[in-house]
Amino acid sequence: MKSKCTFILGGLILAAMPLAMAQTGGLRLPKTVEAGSAFSIQSSGSGPAFLYIVGPGQVLRRKVQLGETTVFAPGDLHNAGRYLAVFVGGSSTENGAFDVTAAHQPMVLSFLAKPSRLPVDLHDGISGVVYVFDAFQNLVLVPIQVSFQLTSVTGAEQMRTALTRNGAAWTKMNSAAQEGVAKFVARVGDATSTRVIQQVPGNPCHLRMSARASGQRLAVETEPVRDCSGNPLPDGTIVTFTETYSDGESTVDVPLKRSVARADMPAYGGAKVSVATGVFIGNEIRLGTKR
Amino acid sequence: MTKPLFIIMCSLFPTIVALGSDHPAVRAAPTELVGPRPLERQTETAVIRDYLQAWRSMSDAFDQNRTDRLDPDFIGAAKEKLAGTIREQASLGIHTRYRDGAHDLHLVFYSPEGLSIQLVDTVEYDMEVLDRDKVLAAQHVRARYVAVLTPTEVRWKVRILQAEPE
Repeated sequence: MKSKCTFILGGLILAAMPLAMAQTGGLRLPKTVEAGSAFSIQSSGSGPAFLYIVGPGQVLRRKVQLGETTVFAPGDLHNAGRYLAVFVGGSSTENGAFDVTAAHQPMVLSFLAKPSRLPVDLHDGISGVVYVFDAFQNLVLVPIQVSFQLTSVTGAEQMRTALTRNGAAWTKMNSAAQEGVAKFVARVGDATSTRVIQQVPGNPCHLRMSARASGQRLAVETEPVRDCSGNPLPDGTIVTFTETYSDGESTVDVPLKRSVARADMPAYGGAKVSVATGVFIGNEIRLGTKR
Repeated sequence: MTKPLFIIMCSLFPTIVALGSDHPAVRAAPTELVGPRPLERQTETAVIRDYLQAWRSMSDAFDQNRTDRLDPDFIGAAKEKLAGTIREQASLGIHTRYRDGAHDLHLVFYSPEGLSIQLVDTVEYDMEVLDRDKVLAAQHVRARYVAVLTPTEVRWKVRILQAEPE
């Protein structure tokens, strides 16, 4: 019973082996082997010897009987590359080369998304690059379709597809109009990889203040400061109020709190008050001449 | 680098430079990149210089069974795989010589954020498998290699190095 099972198992392994064989003298070896799959090498001659499989990716050694077939089990040789099969000992000095190619099934995606944080509403502002690997960390070099999906906090989706060339595919996406976390997913078959992109408000697009004099004090206050897509600028953004009067100038820097900046300044008759954040300038107010 | 690497990159016509037995002949084809990022000439020169140096390091590492020789030029999966092979051949009492004779280089992809660059190299090399000083086997190999390099503090390092059938 046991020998019958061994025979059947051996038959299955042999059936799965590459059919294309290179032949050098009595040496028969496959031209290519898919990484991680079974294969066999047929030698000529007689007597015991060692069979070395040597390449930059892996080195194997088997004790063999020349003239017989040496079977390598699935998983024995799993790194893609060019290999040399060398028989040492016995009556044989044969050797030959063959290639191991990446497995066809993509298993691992190396996905780099940049930047991790960017302003909203930026055309082609997000880039994604994918390198596709098999289960043995070999780059899958046959062209494969990669789908990229960027989902913003509102559920809005952008989809792109790209075909790998030499194992790599890339895309560019626009950042959404609304601030918040976006999920950037790369997918090849069942293999997926997700990155998180933080989309923050862009430059201010609307900066308007009002001023109210009260005795010798002037209370200035902005309306909620927003970007061009209507997203409120984050708290902590510095707003500068500048009051220019006949004898000089007063400046107050205040951080936004709930998107609004407030400050108290001395009230000078005829003074001009302006507001700015970063390089963006808001409205101006000229005070009356009465104090 | 102990020896200068002479690289000629022609914008109009590819050129082959043979530099004697110690230096591989290097042909760098005009760049036809896929990707949105332009490649500066200085970057292109640095990538090719560092890639060729990586071949020298790999050759030394495999000949002397010294994984530390990989450190300056390899990183990530490429370094792990090559170091694993060196440990395997050391445990079996063999070492290998890879003498690269010619490189035909094509830079094919520069990622948008500038963090990886990919090249394809049709390389010819002589490979010897040795038990101490006894040559067990020798073969002249011509193979197409795909390499991915990433920038580090001072140089580009090889992150992926993989041969495929021509």
